[in-house]
Order: sequence, then structure tokens, then C-alpha cells
Amino acid sequence: MQEKIDYMKEFSKGIISENPIFVILLGMCPALAVTGTLETSLGMGVLVIFVLTLSNVLISSVRHFIPDNVKIPAFIVVIATFVTIVRMLTQAYAPALFDALGIYIPLIVVNCIILGRATAFASKNKVLPSLVDGVGMAVGFTLAIALIGVLREIFGTGAIAYGVYLPLGIEGSILNIESPLFNIGILTGPAGGFLVLAILLAFFNSRKIKKQEKEKAARKKVAASKRAAKAAAKEVAA
Amino acid sequence: MSATVFVTAILSSMLINNIILTRFLGVCPFLGVSNRIEKAMGMSVAVIFVMVIASAVTYLLYYYVLAPLEISYISTIAFILIIASLVQLVEMVIKKVSKKLYNGLGIYLPLITTNCAILGVVELNINAGFNAEYGMWNGFFVAVTSALGAGLGFALILFAFSSIRERLDHAPIPANWKGIPVSLVVAAIMALAFIGLGGIA
Repeated sequence: MQEKIDYMKEFSKGIISENPIFVILLGMCPALAVTGTLETSLGMGVLVIFVLTLSNVLISSVRHFIPDNVKIPAFIVVIATFVTIVRMLTQAYAPALFDALGIYIPLIVVNCIILGRATAFASKNKVLPSLVDGVGMAVGFTLAIALIGVLREIFGTGAIAYGVYLPLGIEGSILNIESPLFNIGILTGPAGGFLVLAILLAFFNSRKIKKQEKEKAARKKVAASKRAAKAAAKEVAA
Repeated sequence: MSATVFVTAILSSMLINNIILTRFLGVCPFLGVSNRIEKAMGMSVAVIFVMVIASAVTYLLYYYVLAPLEISYISTIAFILIIASLVQLVEMVIKKVSKKLYNGLGIYLPLITTNCAILGVVELNINAGFNAEYGMWNGFFVAVTSALGAGLGFALILFAFSSIRERLDHAPIPANWKGIPVSLVVAAIMALAFIGLGGIA
């Protein structure tokens, strides 16, 4: 029972409390570059889930054989191997996605999240926790970039297209809004990536600040009531 | 083969296809070391250095080894290994040659291995097919020139951005926008300005 709770925690920390994009601020390049539409974000997310999970599992299973001074190069080779596999699979089964993601597929190798999890978690923990950590972190990353992708696509084009990049078999779009408010062209361009990420980060920051203030106020209240109790006790003693 | 090819290569990779603002490569160091001008300049010099050497080496490796042997599918693994060992090598050489330069650049060099700008520019150069367009050796020089341009573009943006950030430190900014969010807004405005350069080429 104890262990089960632990795994749940390992899994959910990647999604909320240690979200790679919104909290740790790692892997910003793909978060900005491939989030023009929801589908490209999801495609990138799936690739990252695949690579991060497998690399975490492999690295944690060979962690006792890798000497400390060649740790980073060894990890990079492992990651690069999985990225190469993913690249070939994408090219074969989802050519539209392969073209849309372009050089950002090989660049998964230098995505800081993957190397970061390898050094910070997989090289120190057993296989199963590493697997859970990898899946959690990658899902958190995917949800974060999907959120950016949805906002950019809705406000940039007023619709959400499906079947364009992912091989779903059907093609079309939902939520077609014909309004100038939902047709902000810059959001689909490079500037929009920076802008949407900035707004989201500011939003999460303001929530964090509010939470901290609440905690501070609660702590002050507790301290004040303690002091009052102490004073009352003193009076009684006197 | 005229000089215009090189000028175009430099200008297009430096301004029109700026690696930070239009391709989003190297955003991590862009946000990480841009709070002070000296730091930003140290990082830029290290990036230009490694980027140019890495492009030259990977170009030769790709067209003399990987392509003839028909194993170009392992290019990503080969390139990242080249970059990682190059960074080590450059670090050792600089340490031996100039203590002063090492003190300036030393801390930035290890960070460069995982800087996606380097691997990105290398991959872009191979994808651009300079070999087919200009021939083997001319293509080599065009690839190196555009890597230099990309590095200069990185340095230019990092310099401008760190200057702006030094002034932002003294500006009254709402607490939740402080730090990274406001920097991203600055980057967005700079990216908007760079859209205007798109028409030059």
C-alpha cells in the first residue's frame, strides 16, 4: 500500500507540482517551436513520452555499469538512439507530422527534460520508479505544450483542425469561430509562441503568489492565536 | 561562386532566419544567462566558436563518411557525439592556451553540449543541401559561413536582450510578471520586429 501511494506521487508530480514547462522551465525550445497547432504539440508530446520513458528505463537498468566520469556522454548516446528510432518510425507512419516537426525531432536529443530526468532521477533510482517518473514527466510536458497549442490555434485561427498532421484517417476542424477576436495572425507565428507562454507563466505565477500569501496569513493567524493562548496561560499562572 | 553567396548566407542566417527569434533554438541559454551583459557576451563567444567548428567537422563527416557508407540515419547520434567531444576538446585547448580566456568562457562551455542551437544549426546545414547546390567544397564554405551568421545572430539578440533585461530590473513590474514572463514578452516584441526583416531576402 505504501509503495502504491509513492508511485501515484511520482506520477502526478510531473504533471502538477514539478511540471517541466510551467514550474521547472525546462524544454522551452520545443514548447515554443512546435506549438503552433494542437496536433503538432500532441505529436511532439507523444514522441517525448516514448523517448523519455524508454531512456529512463534503460538508463536506470544499466546505472550500475556506467562509470561516473562518462555519465553524460553515455546518457546522450542512449537518448540519441531512441530519438533515431522515433524519427524513423515517424517518417514511416506519420509523414505529415515528420515534415511539420522537421529538425525538432532530432532536437529531442538535447531537450533538457530528458537529460535532466536521466541525471536527476533515472541514474539514482530503480527501474519501476524511473518508468513512472518518466511517464509522469512526459505526460506533464505533453499537457503543457498541448495547452499552449490549443490557445495559439484557437486565438490564431478560430478553429481546431484535426487529421492534418496526425494519421487519424479523418480530416476536418471543430469550433469554427468567425470573429476578429479569434483570428490573431501573430499568435500562429514566432512572436505568438513567446507571448502565449509569457501569459500562461504569469497566470501560474499569480496563483502561486496568492497561495503563498494565504499560507503566510494562515501562519500569522496560528502564531497570533498561540501568542494569545500563551498570554492567557501566563495570566492564569500569575 | 561570388562573394554575394556568402553575404547572403551570413545575412539570412543572422537576421532573417534568426535562430532564437524565428526558429526558437537556444532559448534556454537565452533566458538563463541573459540577466547580465558580460555573461551574455561570454556565452555568445563560446557558442559562435563551437558552432563554427562543429558545422565544419559534421559537414565533412556527413559527406565523406556517413553518406558514402549509407548510414546517414545515425547522423543524430554521430553529430551529438561530435559536439560533446568538441566541447571537451575546445575546453582543454583553451585551458592550455589562455588562462584568461578560460576563466571567461570556462563555465559556459559545458552548457553548450545541450544547447539546442548547436545541434539545430548543424542539422539545418545538412538539411539545406549546400553540397548539391554549390558542390562539395564551396558548399563546405557556405555551411561554415551560415553557421558563423547564425552564431552572430545569437550574439546580437543575446546582447540586445541582456541590455533590455538590465534595465527591466529597475522597472516597476507586477510581481507575477517578474523574471521569465516579462522576458518572454520582450522576446515576443523583438520577434515581431524581426518579422519585418523577412522581406529582405
